[in-house]
Formats: sequence, structure tokens, C-alpha cells
Amino acid sequence: MLPSVLRCVRPISSHPALTRPFAHFRPHMDPDPSRPVQRAITTKLTDALKPDHLEVHNESHMHAVPPGSESHFRVLVVSSKFEGLPLIQRHRLVNETLKEELSSCVHALAIQAKTPEQWQSNPTMAKSPPCMGGSKGDHTVEEKLKAGRE
Amino acid sequence: MNNLFRSAARCLRSGSAVCVPRQTDGRSQWASVRLLCSAADLQKNLGEMVKKDKVVVFMKGTPAQPMCGFSNAVVQILRMHGVDNYAAYNVLEDQDLRQGVKDFSNWPTIPQVYFNGEFVGGCDILLQMHQNGDLVEELKKLGIRSAVLDAEKESK
Repeated sequence: MLPSVLRCVRPISSHPALTRPFAHFRPHMDPDPSRPVQRAITTKLTDALKPDHLEVHNESHMHAVPPGSESHFRVLVVSSKFEGLPLIQRHRLVNETLKEELSSCVHALAIQAKTPEQWQSNPTMAKSPPCMGGSKGDHTVEEKLKAGRE
Repeated sequence: MNNLFRSAARCLRSGSAVCVPRQTDGRSQWASVRLLCSAADLQKNLGEMVKKDKVVVFMKGTPAQPMCGFSNAVVQILRMHGVDNYAAYNVLEDQDLRQGVKDFSNWPTIPQVYFNGEFVGGCDILLQMHQNGDLVEELKKLGIRSAVLDAEKESK
């Protein structure tokens, strides 16, 4: 009798209600695995600057923010659109492209903006300095993190 | 009001918050002096603040105790070049200043560096200027001899 009972009972581990009971509810601490902010940054920089090379790194894990946050980024953009422009103008171009993200959920953005020639002669990406905990307890960062999840 | 603001600006140079007592607020007796200024006043005063000193930095924390890795990088670079006498404003102590300087510079992040009243950029730009030698030249234009030149001289 026991084996037939076991056959009829659905294994608990596969029942959706038990594996993801709160799937419809995303608490503010629950990161979005589809990484919408990173995708938006990548798309916007690609469309606006037509880069030869682009790297978008989420560095939030290096800072005093919850796991899975999308608040701190480093971007490396190699584009001929930077030719003839001083550094500050290049950075302003990137800032302008990501205006929406920077005014909502992105708290920090490290930028390297190179021309194709500069990238060829020095194909390296800089590293961010170690965090000194400034985001911890910073309510404006908490607000930005919330904005990113809504 | 102007005298109050000027003395506030002087105090801020040492990295300390400037507070004046508020008479009616029950939650907190103290508030930043900036709250007494309108946003337009703040923009006008930022214009004065960035010109008053040759080198001006808006940062998180103070040069003695930076609260952010990027702000710390700016402090370390300036220190390497022997730039000790600069105005540093701690935006963590003043949310109006924090947003105000972003509006003033049209720049979304902190730290922010000014040379002779002109916006230079943030940590990334200062670092690249340091690496490619431009920073030595820009300091020279300010009448500041970079300590890096003396260090190079000694090593030869």
C-alpha cells in the first residue's frame, strides 16, 4: 500500500506554491535577476555612442549596499565620437546619455572614455578604489536603490 | 545673511558642519545654515565658493577622514602633488549642498574638483590627469609647483 501512496503524492520540492510562495511580491531587498539598470546602461551607451568596445560593470557589490543592488557602475566606452573632445566633454556625453539612470537609481558612475586609437595603444580598464563605507546609512542611496526596484 | 553665509563658508573649509539653532522645530534643534538660503542663493554662493580658492573639492567626508573611495582618491592625488591648502566641502553634512553642487556643475556625482573657479571633473578625470602629466601642468598654471617634480628631481 505504501508504494502506491508515495507514487500519488506530488514531490513537495516541485510544487510552485512552496518553492516560490511570494513570487508576485518583490520585497525591496530582492534583486531583479534580469538586471534592468545594467541592460539600460548598455543599450543607451550603444545607441548613443556606437562604441567599438563597451564594458559595463556593476560594482555595487564592492560598496556598502545590499546584495544584488544596481547602484554603482563602472563603464569603459571606446568610441570615435570622443575624438577631438577633452576628457570632461567625453564624460559629459556619457552623463547626458545616462541622465535618467543617474537621476534615479545610479549613485556612482566611474567612466573611462577612450578613442579607438587610445584603446589600441592601452587596452586596459582602470580599477575602482576600495569603498570607504560612505553609502552605509546614506538615505539618498537607500532612496535610489528603492527607485531602481520600482 | 551674507555675513552669516561667509562665516559658514569659512567654517566649512575645515570640514565641520555649520549649525545655527532653530527656534521652533521640535524634532531637531539644529539645522544647516544652508536651509536658511534659497536654492537660488545657494547657486550664487557656490559661484563665489569655487572662485575663492585656487583648488576646491566637493567630497564625501573630509581630507582627514574621507567617507568614499572616490573622494579619497582625489585627496590622495592632491596630497601626492603636495597640494595641501585647498578648500574641501563635505556634502554628507549638507544635503542641500550635495544636490546644489550637482546642479551648479551639471555633474551628477561626487567628488567634484574645481581649479581657479573652473570645473575640472571628478575622480576619474583627476586620476587620468595625474597619470598623463596634465595635472602637473594645470597646477603650474595655478602657480602651484607639484611635489611630484621635486620627487622626480631627487631620483635623478
